[in-house]
Amino acid sequence: MNQIEQKLATTPRNYRYLLTISLIIVGLIIWLLTSIQVNGLESNGWTIAKSILTGIFKPNLALLFALNQQGIAYLLLETIAIAFLGTLIGGMLAIPLAFLSASNIVTKPVAYLTRLLLIVIRTVPALVYGLMFIRVTGPGPFAGVLTIGLTSIGMLAKLYVDAIENLDISIFESMSSIGCNTFEKIRFGIVPQLFSIFLSIIIYRFDINLRDAAVLGLVAAGGIGAPLKFAMDSYRWNEVGSILIGLVILILLVEWFSTKLRRKLVTGR
Amino acid sequence: MFDRIFPPKQIPLPSGKIVLEKHSRTPIILLLVCLGIYFALQLTQFNLSQLLERWDQFFVIVADMLPPRWSHISTIWQPLLDTIKMSLLGSFIGALVALPIAYAASTNIVKQPVITGLARVFLSLLRTLPSLVTALIATFIFGLGTFAGTIAICLFTLSYVGKLLYEQIENADMGAYEAMESLGMTKGQAFRQAIFPQILPNYLSTSLFCFEGNVRYAAILGYVGAGGIGLLLNEGLGWRDYAGVGMILLVLAITVLLIESVSEHFRKKLL
Repeated sequence: MNQIEQKLATTPRNYRYLLTISLIIVGLIIWLLTSIQVNGLESNGWTIAKSILTGIFKPNLALLFALNQQGIAYLLLETIAIAFLGTLIGGMLAIPLAFLSASNIVTKPVAYLTRLLLIVIRTVPALVYGLMFIRVTGPGPFAGVLTIGLTSIGMLAKLYVDAIENLDISIFESMSSIGCNTFEKIRFGIVPQLFSIFLSIIIYRFDINLRDAAVLGLVAAGGIGAPLKFAMDSYRWNEVGSILIGLVILILLVEWFSTKLRRKLVTGR
Repeated sequence: MFDRIFPPKQIPLPSGKIVLEKHSRTPIILLLVCLGIYFALQLTQFNLSQLLERWDQFFVIVADMLPPRWSHISTIWQPLLDTIKMSLLGSFIGALVALPIAYAASTNIVKQPVITGLARVFLSLLRTLPSLVTALIATFIFGLGTFAGTIAICLFTLSYVGKLLYEQIENADMGAYEAMESLGMTKGQAFRQAIFPQILPNYLSTSLFCFEGNVRYAAILGYVGAGGIGLLLNEGLGWRDYAGVGMILLVLAITVLLIESVSEHFRKKLL
């Protein structure tokens, strides 16, 4: 028996461990399957799937290129506007909350309470906020802006906190030793460290918000979601196709652009 | 382009060398952002005075939710469990399917650009569709119920985990893989023995993270009829039974918090 075979013989044999784990997983899946009602395809499921596909390949070109208020271009622009303003509002509101929940800035209990508040804000689904804001502003894109603003706070603050807790504190000592006042310390010590990271986080969230804004239309909060649902409910598949094409192209473009921008912000290239 | 319109300032150094100081791009970016804000305000009919006047209306529904109706809890259990099962199964299947697709999409293992390109286009197309839209389409094809929700979650997980996974495969250390291939192992065997152990912890952690998010997403999938607790939520909102909605949200928040802390614990252990 040579050395390699000896080494092979000493490898741990954990078949029993693996067997237990796989048994647990198989059991879990069987239990999970019990609650999924696989009632087969809807009787006309195939025809619908086919019509969606033909709708995508034969979109309603007039709608796709129309420039009036029902046109895809206008709806997409509205969706972008909602996501943009909402992200700005959320990004600003999240800054104080992030500082309040950073454990190296405030005391533990305050940080803990703010975190709890953030979790509560984060778990309420966006659609529920949408309904609440419609009470304030009436249906329309304005409600969408406020909803997006409120829902982005949770994640933005969570990501900000990571940046704040990684602040390089030693800079302050050298700044006070050369005689900077508090304002100068914040302006030249904290802001440069956080600004690009915060901006990169905000752009990332804008990406997500664009998708959320597209969905919010379902509760009449503006954007492209409502026309999509109406078109589907009335089986106008080539309209559905043109809306989906517009949405996919927009999101791909924004994603490509934001990845480029964020790479430049973070690495400087 | 920018430098040609505003030529950079030239500063001659004492050594005779000339250094270029480029003009700051901040003003032009600031101008663009301001223009963007202006048009966005117009487009969304932003109305601050309305907001200041009627902001208290926002809390009318919140006030109606408090106190939540505790007796509602008996009807919540089953849909809540359905939601969790739906997102667990969807995440599980999605993460499993993501593995072969990520394998096909990583350029360091599959050398044919056609295959990697196709796999990547597939993943990014899937990723662009918001999960609620996927769920909406799924309800049309598979009928109302948890099955459509599971499909939507599965597709979302597939796109998310798939993308992160192929990036990890491409960053993996190729040394052991090449050594095994030169020993005469097939590509699949070498991948299984050399690359898979490297990406496994990250793969599991990403899948867990995705599952966390999916529980929250699954809660609203019911809005388009894709089963689970969202159905109940939608019903409560429709009937304006806000005390019941408050109870659902409370239970949901606790569940999400629990799942998040458990999964965070395991993710920290994995990495």
